[in-house]
Amino acid sequence: MKKIEAIIRPEKLDAIKDALAAKGVLGMTVTNVSGHGRQKGIVLQWRAGEYRVDFLPKVKLEIVVSSEELQPVIDVICQAAKTGREGDGMIFVMPVENAYRVRTSDAGEACVSAK
Amino acid sequence: MNSGDTAWLLASTALVMLMTPGLAFFYGGMVRRKNLLSTIMMSIAILCMVSVLWVLYGYSVAFGPDVRGLFGNLSWFGLNGVGQEPSSVYATTVPHLAFSAFQAMFAIITVALWTGAVVERIKFGTLLAFAALWFTLVYCPIAHWVWGSGGWLAQLGALDFAGGTVVHVNAGISALALAWVLGPRRGFKEGETMEPNNIPFVVLGAGLLWFGWFGFNAGSALTSGGLAASAFMATNTAAAAAGFTWLALGWIHRRPSVIGAATGAVVGLVAITPGAGYVQPWAGIPIGVIASVISYYAMLWRARASRIDESLDVFACHGLGGTWGALATGIFATSAVNAAGSGLVDGNWKQVLIQLAAIATTMAYAFAVSWLLARALKATMGIRVRDEEESVGLDISQHGETAYGGI
Repeated sequence: MKKIEAIIRPEKLDAIKDALAAKGVLGMTVTNVSGHGRQKGIVLQWRAGEYRVDFLPKVKLEIVVSSEELQPVIDVICQAAKTGREGDGMIFVMPVENAYRVRTSDAGEACVSAK
Repeated sequence: MNSGDTAWLLASTALVMLMTPGLAFFYGGMVRRKNLLSTIMMSIAILCMVSVLWVLYGYSVAFGPDVRGLFGNLSWFGLNGVGQEPSSVYATTVPHLAFSAFQAMFAIITVALWTGAVVERIKFGTLLAFAALWFTLVYCPIAHWVWGSGGWLAQLGALDFAGGTVVHVNAGISALALAWVLGPRRGFKEGETMEPNNIPFVVLGAGLLWFGWFGFNAGSALTSGGLAASAFMATNTAAAAAGFTWLALGWIHRRPSVIGAATGAVVGLVAITPGAGYVQPWAGIPIGVIASVISYYAMLWRARASRIDESLDVFACHGLGGTWGALATGIFATSAVNAAGSGLVDGNWKQVLIQLAAIATTMAYAFAVSWLLARALKATMGIRVRDEEESVGLDISQHGETAYGGI
């Protein structure tokens, strides 16, 4: 099992969610986060003049998938999240020890499988 | 006694009261999230405290029987003798208590105005102590000079319809003195981002201020007739002209910002205050446009070049807006609107000089006394919160609350 943490543009969330649903991936956790990568921050308007904000609003998507589903899911996210400009985001993958479904106490990959 | 005048003055009093909670939101929206409640609290606490001080002795010192043109004596302590019958000198068609209540609201908002200079770092106890002393030693005497029966600036012929010098120049220059003694916020000199937490609050506050200002200016006619209508129209015109000008200035430089339009409207309201019932309603246009230009560039200079942390630009908005408004009153006042005043447009150039004298003495007195009071409190009570209290934010460190609870 792998956990995908994808930092994406907030305006791309719906497109990604729909593309994942089409692949049968329904479970995800979404958080509003702030951060910056290479594009740094943005300049905003103050009453007179402006000020710089270093951290931009982003959305963090957390999805746990079985190991064989990992690459297809990443491909879907990359395709749906891409604009080609700086600020499209990053995807991080990490191993997951185990998973449990609270309602049934089922454990293992079956809990997170798209099938 | 006139029932129409009384009804309008009581309604105006309620309108002006709402300006102080409005100011709380106007300022509250502009500070960082961790200081939202503390900024709102400054206005609310002052609303409570000054209301009581006004009844005890404030009204008497500001409007009571004159002592050498400088302040009123204490014979109206506890509103003794201030009753349901009209006063013989102030607003003679309404109950004396109605006039006193109307003036109470002016005292409250003036004290609350300068809090914008000291947000995010002042000790709450010291803020209250300064507010009480400043109300007693600065606001009440200056109100007496300009509006009190026998006040020396009134005798000189200074025109101040609703508080250009008494309220705005006074609060603006005092803000500068207090911010100077207090020093900048942590991280200000290093250019740390001080992001406004809620711009819709700023607009809500500006909206309440604009609404309340009809009571402030049109109510200052003290009657419900044509003069109130004229002041009403001049007020709205200046606010609109200034708000639009600020929006345009922001657009020329970068973007037309909402926070800029809201600020501009307030600056226009400040500038029309002293002249509202002396100038033709059309004069609200030049008064508002020029006020925005002056205030906008002053703010830009303050933020970019001066590095003075007068945090929410009380001086640029109220000090300079009020100064321009008081001068503009000397220029645009005409006896066609109000028999009590004529300025340059009537050929009376001396009025401009009298206005300058009123501005200069108000600035000198208010700055000096504010600076001395702030220094005295700094040496005794201490004026700033500790560094860690400032880092955590004043909401938690001073008031034990957070604006947005839960997760």
